[in-house]
Amino acid sequence: MTHKVIVGYGSCGIAAGAKEVHDILDEELKALNNSYKLDVTSCMGMCYREPMVEVTDGTKRYIYGDVNKKVAKQIIEDHVKSGQVVDKNLVFSTESKTEDQKFIDAQTRLVLKNCGRINPERVEDYLAAGGYESAKKALTSMTPEELRDLMIKSNLRGRGGAGFPTGMKWNFAAASVADQKYFICNADEGDPGAFMDRSVLEGDPHAVLEGMLIGSYAIGASEGYIYCRAEYPLAIKRLKIAIKQAEERNLLGENILETNFSLHIKIKEGAGAFVCGEETALMASIEGKRGMPRMRPPFPAVSGLWAKPTNINNVETLASVPRVIEIGPEKYAQMGHEKSGGTKVFAVTGKVKRSGLVEVPMGITLKELIFDIAGGIKDDKKFKAVQLGGPTGGCLPYDLLDTPVDYESLKKTGAIVGSGGLVVADESTCMVDMARFFLNFAQNESCGKCTPCRLGTKRMLEILNAITEGRGKEEHIEELKSIGAQITQSSLCALGGTAPNPVITTIRYFEDEYLAHINDKKCPAGVCRDLITIKINQEACPGCEICKKECPQEAIIGERKSPHEIDQEKCIQCKICLGSCPFNAIYAE
Amino acid sequence: MTTEVLDFKPTQKILDKFEGKKGSLIPILQNIQEEYGYLPQDILNQVSEKTGTPMSQMFGVATFYAQFRLQPRGKYTVRVCHGTACHVSGADQLSEAIEHELGVKDKETTADKLFTLETVACLGCCSLAPVMVVGEETYGRCTPDKATKIIRKIKKEESNDS
Repeated sequence: MTHKVIVGYGSCGIAAGAKEVHDILDEELKALNNSYKLDVTSCMGMCYREPMVEVTDGTKRYIYGDVNKKVAKQIIEDHVKSGQVVDKNLVFSTESKTEDQKFIDAQTRLVLKNCGRINPERVEDYLAAGGYESAKKALTSMTPEELRDLMIKSNLRGRGGAGFPTGMKWNFAAASVADQKYFICNADEGDPGAFMDRSVLEGDPHAVLEGMLIGSYAIGASEGYIYCRAEYPLAIKRLKIAIKQAEERNLLGENILETNFSLHIKIKEGAGAFVCGEETALMASIEGKRGMPRMRPPFPAVSGLWAKPTNINNVETLASVPRVIEIGPEKYAQMGHEKSGGTKVFAVTGKVKRSGLVEVPMGITLKELIFDIAGGIKDDKKFKAVQLGGPTGGCLPYDLLDTPVDYESLKKTGAIVGSGGLVVADESTCMVDMARFFLNFAQNESCGKCTPCRLGTKRMLEILNAITEGRGKEEHIEELKSIGAQITQSSLCALGGTAPNPVITTIRYFEDEYLAHINDKKCPAGVCRDLITIKINQEACPGCEICKKECPQEAIIGERKSPHEIDQEKCIQCKICLGSCPFNAIYAE
Repeated sequence: MTTEVLDFKPTQKILDKFEGKKGSLIPILQNIQEEYGYLPQDILNQVSEKTGTPMSQMFGVATFYAQFRLQPRGKYTVRVCHGTACHVSGADQLSEAIEHELGVKDKETTADKLFTLETVACLGCCSLAPVMVVGEETYGRCTPDKATKIIRKIKKEESNDS
C-alpha cells in the first residue's frame, strides 16, 4: 500500500496557488515523517476547483478542491493524521458520492487517462500504467501497413480541427518514397479557450512520444519534431524530460526495442504566431522562416519539411494512437459517432459552473456537455450562446444545443469542432462585441499573404467597430455577409477560410442584437461602451468611497456616508467601479 | 534604437552552439533575446555579417513573431491574457486598471524601466480567467483590484531595494 498526498501541479493549478500548497504540505509531511509521501501530478481536469490535492492509501482515493494553506493544514491534521475526511473540500472520492461526481462520471477518459493520475516527470509511472505497450506491439508484431489499416478501421480523425482521417494521412506519407521522412507533432495550440493539448503535454508527455513513435514507424520517418508554443514553458520542460527518459530506455533513438527502427525527436519552440498552427506555416517556421502558409499541393505528405515527405498530427490525435491499439480499433470506433471514432477532449470555459477539461465520446450533444457535465450557467444567469471551435469557430444559440458534437453536424450549423474549445456566454455577453473580439484576433493574426484575409478582416472589423460605437447602418449587415463570403472563398488557408465564422453565425442567430445596436443605438447586454451609461443605485449605495478611489477618471462624486453619483461628462464607461463595489450598487444601462 | 555598446561574446557563444544546424534562425534570435532582453540592432547587424543571413531576412522573422522585441523591456513584463474566456470574464477592465496603475498602454514600458505591459492571446489557463502574468508568476481569477495590489506590492519592494 502506498500512502500518498498528491498535488495537482499543472500550469492552471500553479496559477491558482498550487506551489504554496505544495510547499506547506512538504513541510508538514516531513515533520510528520509517517507512511504518507508527497507526490505531484498534472491537471486533473477540474480546473474550477484548483488547487487540488489527492490523498490516497493506494486503493481509496479522496480528491480535495479549493485547497489553500489553511485547508492544506487541515487535510494533514484531519485526514492524514486521523483518517477523518475533510468533507467541505471533498470533490471526488472512490468511497462516496459528491456533488461534482457527474463531472467525472459522464466522462470516458482515454486521452486523459493518465492526466492527474501519474507523475508526468517519471517514466516509471507511465510504464506502470501500461505505457509503451502499444508501441511494443506495433514495432515488434505488426507491419507498418497493418498499423495504418488499424488506424483507418478505428475512424480516428485529426483532433487539431480539420478532422482528417489519421490512417489515411499516414497512408499518403507512407506512399511517398524518399531517403528521409519527417514526423511532426503540432503542439502550437493557439486557439484562445483551448488548453487540452497543454494539459496532455504537461500531464502525460510520454503518451505523445509513444504516438509519434508508432506513427513514425507506420510511415517510415526517422526524425521527429514537436513544434510547441513558447507560451507553454512547463509543457516544454516536461517534454524534454520525457524525451531524455525515453532515450535512456531505448524507447527513442537507434534500434528502438532492438528492432531496426530508429527515431530521434527534437523540440522546436514557436515564437508566437497563431497561423503557425497551419501545417505549411508550421513547417516554414521550423525551417526558420516567417510562418506563412503556402499553396497545397504539393501536400506535406509529398513535399513537406525541407521538401521531404512529412506527416503532421496534433497532440491529442497522437495521444489517442496508443489507446486505439490498446483497446482495439473496433471498440474505439464504436465509442464514437458514425463517421468519427473515439473520444474528444473539450475545454469548457466561460460562464459555466464547472469549467475544465472533459473527455466524452464523439456525438454527445452540446446540451449534455454544458448543462449536465459543466453544471449549467453560474450566478443564476441565463445561457445566451456557446462559442466553439476557437476564434474562427461559430456562436450557437440555445435552440441548437441538441446538436451532436461531430464534424459533420456542427458544420451544418456554421460552427466547427475545431480544437474543442467551448466558451459559454451568458446574458451579460454582447454578441456583437464577441464577434468583434474574434475578428480582431483573426485580423491581428492574419499573416498578410492573401489580400482577402489581410484587408477583408480589416474592413469587417471597421464595420463592427462602427456598430459597437453607435455609428452602425442597416446596410452594414449585408456588407459583413458579403465580405465574409469573399474571404471564405478566396483565402489560402483555414485561418482566412474560417475567420468570418463568428460574425456570420452571430448575424444568423443573434441578428436582433445587431439591430438593437444599429437602430436603437443600444447594447442590450450593457457591454458596448459608447451605447451604455454607468449609474449608481442611490438606495443601495452607502457611500463607502471605494469606487471613488478606483475610478481612473475621478468621475465619482459624493461625500463619505452619502450615496455617490457619476459625473457622466467625465465617465469613460470602463466599469472598474462596477467590479469594485462591495454592495453591487453600480450598474450599466 | 539604442546606441549603447553591447558585449558580443554571448552572441558568439550562441552562434557557435547552432553552427551548421539548419533552420536555426528562430532559436538563435530566441537565445539572443534571452541574453539581452530584446534584439539589439547592433547585435543583429553583427550576426548578419558573421552568418551571411541578410538583415532583411532577420528583420522579417523578428517582426513576424509576437515573441520578439526590438526595444528593451522593463524588469517585469506584465502580461494580461485576452483569450476568449478572459475576454468574457472582464479582461478589458483588468487591462484598463493595470494601464491606469502603470500609466502606460499595451507594449509600452514605464519610465522607471520597471514594467512592460503586454497583451497576450491565450495562456491556456482559461478556467482561472481572467489571468495576469507578472514575470514568471501567474495570477488566476485576477480582478482589477487584485492586479493593482500585486503591482503596488512589487513597486514597494523595488523602492525598498534601491
